[in-house]
Amino acid sequence: MEYYLIVSAIMFFAGIYGFFTRRNTLAILISIELILNATDINFAVFNRFLFPTGLEGHFFALFSIAISAAETAVAIAIMINIYRNIRNIQVKNLNEMKW
Amino acid sequence: MDFTILILILPMLSFLILGIGGKWFKPVDAGRLGTLSLSLVTLLSYLTAWFYFTAPRTAEGTYATLMPYNFTWLPFTETLHFDLGIMLDPISVMMLVVISTVSLMVHLYSFSYMKGEKGFQRYYAFLSLFTMSMLGLVVATNIFQMYLFWELVGVSSYLLIGFYYTKASAVAASKKAFIVTRFADLGFLIGILLYGYYGGTFSFTPDAMSLVTGGAVMLPLALGLMFVGGAGKSAMFPLHIWLPDAMEGPTPVSALIHAATMVVAGVYLVARMFPLFIAYAPDVLHIIGWVGAFTAFFAASIACVQTDIKRVLAFSTISQIGFMIVALGVCTSMNPHEGGLGYMASMFHLFTHAMFKALLFLGAGSIIHAVHSNEMSAMGGLRKYMPITHITFLIACLAIAGIPPFSGFFSKDEILAACFEYSPIMGWVMTIIAAMTAFYMFRLYYGIFWGKENKELHDAHTPHESPLAMTFPLMFLAAITCVAGFIPFGTLVSSNGEAYHIHLDATVAITSVVIAIISISLATWIYMRPTQPVADMLGKRFARLHNAASHRFYIDEVYQFVTHKIIFRCISTPIAWFDRHVVDGFFDFLAWGTHATSDEIRDLQSGQVQQYAFVFLLGTLALIVTLLLTF
Repeated sequence: MEYYLIVSAIMFFAGIYGFFTRRNTLAILISIELILNATDINFAVFNRFLFPTGLEGHFFALFSIAISAAETAVAIAIMINIYRNIRNIQVKNLNEMKW
Repeated sequence: MDFTILILILPMLSFLILGIGGKWFKPVDAGRLGTLSLSLVTLLSYLTAWFYFTAPRTAEGTYATLMPYNFTWLPFTETLHFDLGIMLDPISVMMLVVISTVSLMVHLYSFSYMKGEKGFQRYYAFLSLFTMSMLGLVVATNIFQMYLFWELVGVSSYLLIGFYYTKASAVAASKKAFIVTRFADLGFLIGILLYGYYGGTFSFTPDAMSLVTGGAVMLPLALGLMFVGGAGKSAMFPLHIWLPDAMEGPTPVSALIHAATMVVAGVYLVARMFPLFIAYAPDVLHIIGWVGAFTAFFAASIACVQTDIKRVLAFSTISQIGFMIVALGVCTSMNPHEGGLGYMASMFHLFTHAMFKALLFLGAGSIIHAVHSNEMSAMGGLRKYMPITHITFLIACLAIAGIPPFSGFFSKDEILAACFEYSPIMGWVMTIIAAMTAFYMFRLYYGIFWGKENKELHDAHTPHESPLAMTFPLMFLAAITCVAGFIPFGTLVSSNGEAYHIHLDATVAITSVVIAIISISLATWIYMRPTQPVADMLGKRFARLHNAASHRFYIDEVYQFVTHKIIFRCISTPIAWFDRHVVDGFFDFLAWGTHATSDEIRDLQSGQVQQYAFVFLLGTLALIVTLLLTF
């Protein structure tokens, strides 16, 4: 079980690191997906090893995947709009949202 | 008596119509509407009086107190509630007649007097408002309703004094009147609250008043404070300063408000609370009496030297109201045969005074209309030009001087009789004041109609008799003045409500008539001829006294000193400083502090999402570390 958790922890912190260091919004989105996938792995793993008779964790993972798919769609739509407006999707150029 | 509600509603309606829609009316139509509604009110008032006084008396020999309308507006406790309604008893019915008569005469008179003035519609609207409030005041069923209408009367008086609002002196006078009376009303309000708290009722009905028992210690205080309000409205010393200035308003307004109706509200108030004064606070009543006597003397002495004819009349009004207050103040019991005579005398004098003083003011208005000046120096010898005004003015002067058979003689005689019954000192004091009254009224009369004519002015603009719309009210009021003395007033109004047959006390009557005739002759001797060597000589001999009296004994200056030098400088200025520097400073500091802090931390909001997320992450980590360390 530890091996699975190590993989998911690495994925999780890789996601966090990418979220803070990438300058491209697409890359940030990919980092978020990494974080989500790490949690999905955790759901599946804990369900598999701790409660082998139950299925809630698996379903929750599926549920989360569906949510992340929808969220990705929305995020990409936002990015397209940003691109249309400022011809760019670099996050440092998105500093007009402070007022 | 259900129709009495119309007495209040009609003027209210005409006020609303003229006040809101006045500019769509032609001035003449506005005047007609106001006068029409008031004629109906007058008719209804006369009907009320007729029905009321012809109705059979109750078993005790009094007229029943009727209450055609009374609805509870704000209930507090079982007995303590604010009501609005109409109460008819002898004095309120008498006041209805007085107010509606004088008001109708003033409405008619204004038709011609105010012709062509800007704001004619507004003038009639305010007259209606005033009449409505005054009628509401006298028919009040409880002291709170009275207070309500009392303030309305004050407001409409303010509006009417300031009718010529482009004239600085009129504006100042209206403010002065409003502030002084409002200041006095503070005492009235505190008195009402004390009375309600300790007496347990606001109602005026005899039943409710007889129930007032609790707090007999506080009641004299409450009644005294109520009189402070009454003194403000009735211009008793030292709150009289607003009345002479109120003469800045149009003259018919002075006749209506500042001679006949509003200024007697204080007298009416004391008469309303009379049973309580007798039962709980006879000492307060006597103090009120002495205040009235002093005011009467004080005002009469000023009236002797004023040269503005309206000012003379104003001081004469103050003096006559002093007479009414004295008459109430000398009462010692409810029985008109044993010390309660003053109540009837006061109400009688209120009635007759309203008529002849309105006549005097309207006559003065007619004179001012003819010579376009208030000053006696612009007049003199007017008897040739204005015969009707002359005769009616003379009748009013004789009435106020107390010459039989005019009305003033009868009522003043009752007052003097009541004073002598109380104490000979009071009786003689009032007799002397009555003599002064006769003197200054005839000084005025001779100054206007006889004496030296101001040829220069009269040649440039020949004075002429006023039109019928102005002389008719004069003649009507003069007719009332001639016959009012023979009304069996005592049988209608008396302190305990039982019929009291007025009988003239021969010694008092003869003394007062003789003294009045002596002072009239004195005035004739001094003032009738074109030159006045005696008056000039006296004025020189007693220059300081003359000067002081012409300046109204510097009471206005005293007020000026107290308000400006003491109150403004010693109290208001420090308070203003405190407000500006400490209170404002504190809030300025708060605003400045917020602003400065915000300025410092505004850079934190950079718009960089990742920076926010990083801070968020740090926060989360810090929380986790804290939690780990805690557990």
